[in-house]
Amino acid sequence: MKPSVLTGEHYMTGDEACAEGALAAGCKFFGGYPITPATEIAERMAARLPGVGGTFIQMEDEIAAIASILGASWAGVKSMTATSGPGFSLMMENIGLGIVTETPCVIANVQRGGPSTGLPTMGAQADMMQARWGSHGHYEIIALAPASVQEAFYQTITAFNLSEKYRVPVLIMADEIVGHMSEKVRIPEAKEIELISRLTPSGRKDRHKPYAAGPNGVAPMGAAGQGYHMHITGLTHDEKGYPAMSVDAHAEMMDRLMNKIRNNLDDIIITEEYLLDDADIAIVSYGVSARTSLAAVDEARRMGIKAGLLKLVTVWPFPEEKIRQLAEKVKGFVTVEINLGQIHLEVQRCAGGKAPAYLVGHPGGTIISPDRVIAMLQEAF
Amino acid sequence: MTGKPKKAAEINQMAHPLDDLLRTDRIPHIWCPGCGIGTAFSACLNAIKASCEDLDKVAMVSGIGCSGRGAGYIKLDSFHTTHGRAIPFATGLKLGNPELNVIVFSGDGDLFAIGGNHFIHAARRNMDITVICVNNLNYGMTGGQAAATTPYNAKTTTTPVGNPESPFNLPLMAYASGATYVARWTILHARDLTLSIQEAINKKGFSFIEVLSPCPINYGRRNKEKSLDTLKAYQDKSIIKNNAHPADLETDFSKSIVLGKFVDTDRLTCIESYDKTCRLG
Repeated sequence: MKPSVLTGEHYMTGDEACAEGALAAGCKFFGGYPITPATEIAERMAARLPGVGGTFIQMEDEIAAIASILGASWAGVKSMTATSGPGFSLMMENIGLGIVTETPCVIANVQRGGPSTGLPTMGAQADMMQARWGSHGHYEIIALAPASVQEAFYQTITAFNLSEKYRVPVLIMADEIVGHMSEKVRIPEAKEIELISRLTPSGRKDRHKPYAAGPNGVAPMGAAGQGYHMHITGLTHDEKGYPAMSVDAHAEMMDRLMNKIRNNLDDIIITEEYLLDDADIAIVSYGVSARTSLAAVDEARRMGIKAGLLKLVTVWPFPEEKIRQLAEKVKGFVTVEINLGQIHLEVQRCAGGKAPAYLVGHPGGTIISPDRVIAMLQEAF
Repeated sequence: MTGKPKKAAEINQMAHPLDDLLRTDRIPHIWCPGCGIGTAFSACLNAIKASCEDLDKVAMVSGIGCSGRGAGYIKLDSFHTTHGRAIPFATGLKLGNPELNVIVFSGDGDLFAIGGNHFIHAARRNMDITVICVNNLNYGMTGGQAAATTPYNAKTTTTPVGNPESPFNLPLMAYASGATYVARWTILHARDLTLSIQEAINKKGFSFIEVLSPCPINYGRRNKEKSLDTLKAYQDKSIIKNNAHPADLETDFSKSIVLGKFVDTDRLTCIESYDKTCRLG
């Protein structure tokens, strides 16, 4: 066996660091399909998984890839896939199956320019609303956005932990720029990495109810082959897992699916702040654009503009309360993202008219220059 | 059973011999009177009973459709997935725990139209699962639309004057894609079918069984064929011809329907091959 955790300092790409983060988190199954700019995640997993007792399989398309990781998760194995825009679109239906069957798994989307085939080799952050709402029906989901190669490593571990803890698919919304850039990564000792695994059932197997939830809204999860004789369906179901075609049963199931996320926002939402305490202007950003924004804040401060940064590590669920609090004290918001206004709309919504919200966006294909953020700060404030 | 004949009420309360494998609290099932899925499902459960020592290690995966409801009635680990995706879900389940005996039970629309790509690839890589396709020649659950298996000229709600397209020959597709066990039966041939499913479950590698089954409500009604007519056709027109070449198995109901076991070969399964090729020390 080879080590799952490559303790030490490495120079690698964001995609490779994402794969190493998955392995460090205990991922033992990857079902993939090649797509630029996410292919390197699959390649690294193909090379590494058999050596750590795991399995890599290249499926026939992205629909099969995500179906396979749901299946593997129900075999009791931490599982993952990685893709980019077109593949992400194909995965949407089964992301919904993962949500309603409460199947832990991790999906990395290394975003490129869209719509359609778009800009395969060039970065964007334009799938953020698709991440939130792309599968049909109403739901809560968790999405993280790494801004560096080091973060790609750590956030993948966080993604697995949140996924296991809340029994929900977790999305890593990376971008081509972070995915393909090479930086130094420090991988700690295995014992320094906190890992969370799904709760498993106790008590009589013949009385096991797959969706009888504990106090935090999450039910312990058995695996196929352990004698629980579970039924798991994408239909609306009751706590036994049986189809339940009624208004009340649907409301009950939906309440729990929503509330297991909504009642645990403090645990799930991770943000970082930079010079925000005395800021007049709050820049909101995530992923590679948070680095643009960080440079812009420093430059603005040199110019005497009191800007600060709210960096979203967790993008979904959205840190609504944080934006509401900021709206009471700042003169305005500037959202920096490589799309034409997605998270910007959320900032605007949560600001509730108490502070104006501006967008520094780009249709995709390149990183946003800090100069454009400075220009917006000068123009709007 | 001896003694005087039982009254209907007594019969209703009698235990079914497969009750131990059924979620009896979910009965009555959704299948229509005259439908053949229940017979195919019984054959499957009997075969599981006969061939699986440890029922805890058996898992059934279904897609969407009438046959896709099978997973909802078996009292074992069972997964009712999305339309067409039973096979890739089953693939992940099997790779996640190779000790599992994974059986896909689903319909022709699910496995061969929306899910066709997954079928051929699972057969190509010789994924060690058993796929049972109940072929009722149409999309029953949605009210009887044309499928990839609907005979030429047959009437369905989406081919109101007759199907202009030709159906797949399912055993040929399985054979050409690399399946190591291929058979076809009808629900009239319940004993042969049960034995065949037993063989398929015990067989390492990708096993495929097509089960022809009447859909009197949605297919038969539009093609002037009652359930008994369909069964009569199965009796009159079927020829059991083991080892027939899969290319000669087109389902032309005006002529004959060839049944039997057509492929039973061995090659490395997906997992065996992965272990041999990829786990080099």
